[in-house]
Amino acid sequence: MFEQLDALLLARIQFAFTVSFHFIFPAFSIGLASYLAVLEGLWLKTGKPIYLDLFKYWLKIFAIAFAMGVVSGIVMSYQFGTNWSVFSDIAGPVIGPLMAYEVLTAFFLEAGFLGVMLFGMNKVGKKLHFAATLMVAIGTFISAFWILSVNSWMQTPVGYEIGANGQYLPGESWWDIVFNPSFPYRLVHTVIAAYLTTAFVVGGVGAWHLLKDKANLHARKMFSMAMWMAAIVAPIQIFAGDMHGLNTLEHQPQKVMAMEGHFESHPYGAPLILFGIPNSEEKRVDYAIQIPKASSLILKHDLNAPLAGLDTIPDVEEPPVGIVFWSFRIMVGIGFAMLGLGVWSLLARFRKKLYDWPMLHRAALVMAPSGFVAVIAGWITTEVGRQPYVIYNLLRTADAASPLDAPAVAASLLAFVVVYFAVFGAGVWYILHLMHKPPHAGEYGVKRGDTGPIRTAGITPGPSQNPGDPDTLPRTHEEATDGR
Amino acid sequence: MDVNVDLTTIWAFIIAFAVFAYVVMDGFDLGIGILFPTFDVGPERDRAMNSIAPVWDGNETWLVLGGGGLFAAFPLAYSVVLPATYPLIIAMLLGLVFRGVAFEYRWRDPGHRRYWDAAFTGGSLVAAMAQGMTLGALLQGIEVVDRSYAGSWFDWLTPYTLLTGLGTVAGYALLGATWLVWKLDGESQHHARKLGKRAAWATLVLLGGVSLYNVFLNAEYAERWLTAPEIYFAAPVPILTAVIAIMLLRALSVDRHSKPFWLSLALFFFGMAGLGVTMWPYVVPPGLTIWDAAAPERSQIFMLVGVAITMPLISGYTAWAYWVFRGKVADEGYH
Repeated sequence: MFEQLDALLLARIQFAFTVSFHFIFPAFSIGLASYLAVLEGLWLKTGKPIYLDLFKYWLKIFAIAFAMGVVSGIVMSYQFGTNWSVFSDIAGPVIGPLMAYEVLTAFFLEAGFLGVMLFGMNKVGKKLHFAATLMVAIGTFISAFWILSVNSWMQTPVGYEIGANGQYLPGESWWDIVFNPSFPYRLVHTVIAAYLTTAFVVGGVGAWHLLKDKANLHARKMFSMAMWMAAIVAPIQIFAGDMHGLNTLEHQPQKVMAMEGHFESHPYGAPLILFGIPNSEEKRVDYAIQIPKASSLILKHDLNAPLAGLDTIPDVEEPPVGIVFWSFRIMVGIGFAMLGLGVWSLLARFRKKLYDWPMLHRAALVMAPSGFVAVIAGWITTEVGRQPYVIYNLLRTADAASPLDAPAVAASLLAFVVVYFAVFGAGVWYILHLMHKPPHAGEYGVKRGDTGPIRTAGITPGPSQNPGDPDTLPRTHEEATDGR
Repeated sequence: MDVNVDLTTIWAFIIAFAVFAYVVMDGFDLGIGILFPTFDVGPERDRAMNSIAPVWDGNETWLVLGGGGLFAAFPLAYSVVLPATYPLIIAMLLGLVFRGVAFEYRWRDPGHRRYWDAAFTGGSLVAAMAQGMTLGALLQGIEVVDRSYAGSWFDWLTPYTLLTGLGTVAGYALLGATWLVWKLDGESQHHARKLGKRAAWATLVLLGGVSLYNVFLNAEYAERWLTAPEIYFAAPVPILTAVIAIMLLRALSVDRHSKPFWLSLALFFFGMAGLGVTMWPYVVPPGLTIWDAAAPERSQIFMLVGVAITMPLISGYTAWAYWVFRGKVADEGYH
């Protein structure tokens, strides 16, 4: 199937595949780490066991999601070199240090405290354990900070010099590089997206258990917390997204042209195309449903403001319009659906029916994975929208790849696809299994053994009185009776 | 571009330190994975796994620092070595995927635990072998033309790289076995001790083989090790290695605690020192020195500030995490 594809296209597919798969996990674990810190903090503050139960319930899920994020993340840190060696050589002096800072300030922090967070509650005391949880949560945020700075520099490169050997070298100020023009907007928009993604997962799980038993107090608590997030954070996210869009208009206008489907320039106010089918051949949007002048209103806050279209851009500089146009609409559509659910939940809350409206719970259940779709769609919008450049206006993607032959990249791509679907598919299945269990009082933490009650070293185990771990999948008959 | 000679040397040592930290810390994790099939299904396997479950992620982070640090401090080396060893790197990454998720999955799914245990072993073995072969491929030389890898597909596959790969597998198994001697007791400790002895012999034989092969690999390497005056600086490395080896074999017979592990670490340290003597000042033999591949001074200084601030903190909390989980591992030590 790969004969017609060249090495460059394969490398692009491989990067897109591995980074999309990877980002699913941090999108969840950034938010979940903070949620866990909030739950543990509330437990310490109020002493109510329900918070500890919820903490332990979500901790088990976090352990799996985090492991998947780690192993898929290491792939990313090496893939710059394996598949994009020209890019690595040229941009290394500028973005390499930022990534080194990510390792030093974030990855070590997360990994160093993760062991204590997962397994150390009975070993270090409550407050130190809470400190460990906080460190993991802070680590996920710092990680997002640096990697988004790197990505933003590639979108809006500033503060560099060009060396005699063709490398981009850091200029006078690292501050300019780290806080490049698109970075603050991208950071806010992405981190809020991770929080929303997590909130909708938590809300969906709460809703699922409310549909089965609306008296379940633990399900009520998680659903209520998640719906507060939806109601408060979804509008903030829409505002942050709008700001990010205006920033993009300033620095990467052709990306916005593609998002809007503006093939033509509109000197007297541009229409907002709600839906349509972008036709890059004919340079028009077929079957467009549009609101006159609304795009100018949103982007320029003036009905009659002129907006340039893709006709002002040479064809070789034009991003693939169809992908960007659609992925942008998916992201925005989900954003407004999230807002809708948040408003609906407020209505239910004020009528004291938050736990009594099955339709609300069904909607929350359906929307549980919506955050993942939205963040991937958002990344597709911004990454495809900056094409044909990998470093905007400086280095073309086509000039950045490693000198590898197509069969080598085809083989690795195939291996990644097979392994990722198998391994991460299994992980998602285990997470769904844990979510399927109702949260309850006396929740177990992350268990690391199922051979019997707790024993200290040196005491001979008695005959197996296996109480089993209620969170594991059932054994096969064969293993249950193999005489262990 | 002006290259700062001193900063570049400092950075070469920082990267070497990160690689060494990775090799010994994830080395014992991977070693336990390699030895895993020899442990009894049930408590013995569970305890071996539990002895590293709280720390493996931190250990693996040194690999990201090694790779990320190379990218940042020697971008040209990073962008040459990785394409040159492409299949090895991809194999290592996929091996680490299987190894990493097995820590969680095996507890979640007893019905398929044997498969995740196999993934743990297979992943560890592939990752160890690929890392050793990558080292071999680097030592035997990588062809660079015009800032880019210029060799062919299978340059990395030679008898020499197979030897370095096997040496790494044996060395990791030694680290894993001696770690378990420290962390386990009773029958399991006895078992780990037995494995440790075998792994120690295998490591020493393969280390000797690689060292001899190095001398014949090219004239420049031979000159460093066999002619005066270099030999006076180089000679202590093999002599000390031999002393450590004898102490290690003795300790493996009698010690119940950490001594074999520390001696294995020392063995790796001198192996690494020998590597340094062989390669210096090249980062990608035979053509690229550390100064050819170095990042500009501004990048080096910016990162050095970060390292100076964070490294003491990282050492501190990493040590604390190990301290929390100190002592022998009980049947069900973690909740």
